[in-house]
Parts: sequence; structure tokens; C-alpha cells
Amino acid sequence: MPSRFLRKSRCSVALLEVNDLFRSFGGLRAVDQVSFTVPNGMIKGIIGPNGAGKTTLFNLIAGSLVAESGTIFFDGRPVSGLPPHRIAARGIARTYQNVKIFRQMTVLENVMVGCHQRSRGGFLAGMLRLPFTVREERRVRARSLELLEMLGLPEVADQDASALAFGRQRSVELARALALEPRLILLDEPAAGLNIRETVQLAQTVRSIRDLGITVLIVEHDMSLIMDISDEIVVLDFGRKIAEGTAQQVRRDPEVIRVYLGDEDAEG
Amino acid sequence: MSREWVPFGALAATVILIQLVTMFTNTQYYLTQLIMAALYSIVVIGLCLLMGYAGQISLGHAGFFAIGGYTAAVGTTLNLLPHRDHVLVRMAERAGLTIQTTNSWGVDILYFSPWITLLAALLLSGVISLLIGIPVLRLRGHYLAMATLGFGAIIYYILLGSRFLGEADGIYDVPGFGLPGGFTFDGARNNRVLSYYFVWALVIGLMVLMHNLVNSRPGRALRAIHGNEPAAMAMGVDTARYKLSLFVLSAVCAALGGVFMAHYNGGMGPTEAGTLKAVRYVAIVAVGGMASLWGTLGASVVLNFLSLRGYFGSLDDAVFGVVLITVMLVAPDGILRRLGMYTLRRNRDTAPDAFPVSAEKQVQRGTA
Repeated sequence: MPSRFLRKSRCSVALLEVNDLFRSFGGLRAVDQVSFTVPNGMIKGIIGPNGAGKTTLFNLIAGSLVAESGTIFFDGRPVSGLPPHRIAARGIARTYQNVKIFRQMTVLENVMVGCHQRSRGGFLAGMLRLPFTVREERRVRARSLELLEMLGLPEVADQDASALAFGRQRSVELARALALEPRLILLDEPAAGLNIRETVQLAQTVRSIRDLGITVLIVEHDMSLIMDISDEIVVLDFGRKIAEGTAQQVRRDPEVIRVYLGDEDAEG
Repeated sequence: MSREWVPFGALAATVILIQLVTMFTNTQYYLTQLIMAALYSIVVIGLCLLMGYAGQISLGHAGFFAIGGYTAAVGTTLNLLPHRDHVLVRMAERAGLTIQTTNSWGVDILYFSPWITLLAALLLSGVISLLIGIPVLRLRGHYLAMATLGFGAIIYYILLGSRFLGEADGIYDVPGFGLPGGFTFDGARNNRVLSYYFVWALVIGLMVLMHNLVNSRPGRALRAIHGNEPAAMAMGVDTARYKLSLFVLSAVCAALGGVFMAHYNGGMGPTEAGTLKAVRYVAIVAVGGMASLWGTLGASVVLNFLSLRGYFGSLDDAVFGVVLITVMLVAPDGILRRLGMYTLRRNRDTAPDAFPVSAEKQVQRGTA
């Protein structure tokens, strides 16, 4: 009982709290006893070489994988073991490294699916177009168009989303995640496949998401981007956390330099 | 009226036009096959949603069709007169839920109102589909196809083996379905035109409901599941529940078709539950383009009409089997969509750009 009280008081600052998370695939320890916290309103970066367990960590937090041990608390309540849709309902949204757009749906419809948790209409109401669903539909449509406007996509609203260029699909995915009205958003390598101009825009977008009061957890390979926008960074290597701190602290960390930044520094 | 409803208006106009043409050319007998084609279409409209939008194949819809038909047939042919003193029969009679008449053999009978058996049929198919769907739809992949294949076979052999259900003869002497205004839906020749309009009104109504569903919150969720299931879950869609709801809805549609078929034909036999019938429904949805309500309706009316007129002769079932294989090999998106793409491609010089492979597909191909 006292420990629970303690946790509650701590969570007034930490929105996400990951404790001793462990998950292996066969003999591979993909995420090995990782712990960290993400304070409310922060942009937190996760870096590490390929195969360091970053995406696995995201999948554990979002519920698409189940941890073998360890706990995840979101807003002071445990979310480990919940199915993905329940975690989404709690207020955690995500994007994917490989972009998972809904095929055969328009850009607007893709974003409207993001509003699923924030609307109610069921099968019968949908079939009969009951007045309350008509009003709800109008609200969802307006909200989704707003988000498309924000991400610079209003003119493609009625196009097939899977026919868009890769960079724009990323923006659609982001709009869809924001439509969930999340408190925490997980961005999995959002700059992968983007050109330089798009990457600069992305940094702006991530900051404006934070300014909306949404906490951001971001996995990224683009070091300049992540050092630039993150308030704090977690460094993973072979599933283990090897460092955590601000960009300056992490950059100076001898362990981080050895496993990750070393080559880059030597070249630069 | 917005453009959205133009196709429905066009369908209604076509229905009326066909009736007028058959009247003036004295070919009213075609209406019989068009009525039956419409009843089978009710099944495939529901199945189209399940296959096209939830990505699940059911080989049990002939079973649900038969459950609907047999429930209606049993309920409206069971003579309640010997049990008139039973408290439930007395209550039903007092509530006006029974009908007393003399059947074609000159025997006085008392039977349940078709409205009651209609409700019972829809309820029964809903409950059974729920019981099958709950365990099966938790699993990803084509487990539903396997489970429903078994289910269809079980229903078929139960019908074939139960004396109460008429064994191989099925149930006959099913009365017509009494509708408001003193009109009866049945296979009698002088009711044909009205039966035709009634059943097509039912189809159009169902199409409107399904069209609304596809363009509503649950419809979007279902299409999202089909578009990318993990992402749909991450957006808060309870995918298992949505698939289950759609499976139940489609099963209830199949039962609805079965109920009216029993009243129209005046009976139902066990072949309606056969696996070959189930394959036929799946083939029709595949021809129509899986996720296309209008394509499926078109394919259903044309194929069922030709089949019922006997154009396929003794190869009837084989034709549907060949159709299914051909569609899967040549045009898995449906014949109509493939034809549409072909004409588009001929009209444009930039063929590859007209149908770009999505970035996601490229990535999947790279990592697979």
C-alpha cells in the first residue's frame, strides 16, 4: 500500500513510467530490463544502433507486444498487458516506421478513423443514420479537416491515401494519430525516407505537437534532428539502456561514444 | 436529393422498368427468377460486407440461410390446434400472434404468425453466429472459413437426418407471408408482381442500410481493419468485436433471405444448406469485387438469374466453382474492378501512374 501511494505522488510529474521492461525473441534479448520515465509535456528521444530494441520498446508500450516482465504505468495507472485498442483509449497514439496507412480509404477517412475513440455511433445508428450520428459525423469531419490543414494536407483530403508520396503518407499517419487526441504520441523514425526540407518541417511539427500539450516519445536515426528537438534522450544498445540525459550529457557519455556516436565523431 | 442516392434511384427505376417490360412483352415468368435472385442477393449483400470489409470468408452462410428458412417453415407449418390448451399457445393466440386457416389438404390448422417466426429466425441465426464467432474471430487468419465450413456441413446433416425437419424432403406447405394491406408474399401467380416489388424494395432498403453503414463510424473502422489491422487497433478500434458484429449482421441477413425464400417457394429443403450453395455465395461476392456492394448485387442478380433459368444445365454447381477459381487467379479484386482498370488503362497513356503501388506495399515487399 505505501508503495502504491508513493507511485501516485511521483506520477504527478511522470506521464509514462517504464520499469524493468523485458522481452526476448528466442535467445535474443530485444528489450532487457529497461526503465525510464517521460515527464508530462516533454519531447523524449530514443536512439540506438539498428536492432537495439527501439521498435520493440514502442510495441511493448503500445500493447502490440506483451512484455515478459516489467511494468508500464501511464498517467499513474498500469497499462502493461492491455490490448492495443484499450491503450489507445487511454491516450497513447503512435506512428509506424514503415507507415501503416489504411488502404482503399481517402486521406480524410484515414484521419477520421483516428477519431474513433472520441465518437460513439454503433452499427445500428450507422445503418439508420440517426440524427446524433449525423451531428457526430459532421464534428469528426470538421476536426479531421482541421488536422489536415495543420499538417499541410487539405488539398489531398479526398485522394486515396495509399497513392500519396511516402513523405505525405507520413503526415497523414501523424494527423491520424493526433485525431486520437492523445496525451502521449509515439513517433517511430518519423524522418526515415524524408528529404531534407521535409525533415526540417518535421522538427517544426514535432515542436508544435508538444506545444499542443502532447508529450512526445520519438525514436529516430537522424542524430542532428533528435539532438536538436529532444529535451531528454535514452540510449539503447542490444536491448539495454546505456545512457539517459540531455543531448549534451548523452553526447559526452563515453559509453555512448564507444557504441554509437564514435564513428560519427571521428568522421566529423 | 444529393448525388449519393442516384444509384438507388436508378436501381428502383430499373426494377420498375423490368416489370413494365415483362408486362408488355408478356414474359412475366421472368419475374419468378428475379424474385429468387433478389432473395439470394440479400445473403450475398451481407456476405459482401463480411468478406470485403472485415476480410473474413464464411462458408456457413448457406447454413444461416437454411436456419432462417427452416425456422420460418417449421414455425408456420406446425399445427398448434392439438396444443391449444398449452399456456404459451393460449397467450400467443390472445396476443394475435397466431393465424387459423384451412390448409391445402382441407385440415384446420393454427400456426404462428410469419412475423413471429421471422423474428425468431433472425434471433436464432444471430445467436448461433455469435456462438461460432466469439471463439473463432479472436484468431487472425482464415479460421472463420474453416469453422463455418464445418458448421455448414453440420447443419446440412442435421436437416437431412431429422424426421422433424422432413429429412431429404424438407418442409413444404409453408403459407405466404401476410403483409399489411391484406397483401401476401408468396409464389402464387396472381401475387407475382406485388411479391416482386416487395422483395426488391427489401433489397433496396438493405442496400441503403449497408451503404450507410460503410460510410459511418463503424464502417470506417471495418475498412480500416481491412486496410491495416495493426494500425486499426493502434487507433483504438476493437477489431475482434467489429469482426464479430459484422459476422452476426451478415448471418442475420442470410437468415432474412432464407425466411422469405421459404415463404416464396412454400417450403425449403436441405440442399439450401449445402456447401455448394455456400461456395456459390462466396463466388458471387468474389466476382463482384469483394468490397463492392453494387458489384456484388449486380453479379448476384445476373449469375442467380442465369442459374435459376437453367442456362448452366447440369453443370450449375461446376460453373460457380470455375467462376470462383477464375476470379481468384485472374482478378482477385473482382471482375468488374479489373474491367474498370482495363478501360482506364486503355484511355490513359500513363498506365503505371494510374495505379501506383503504395509506399507501404513497397516497404512490405522489401522486408518480407
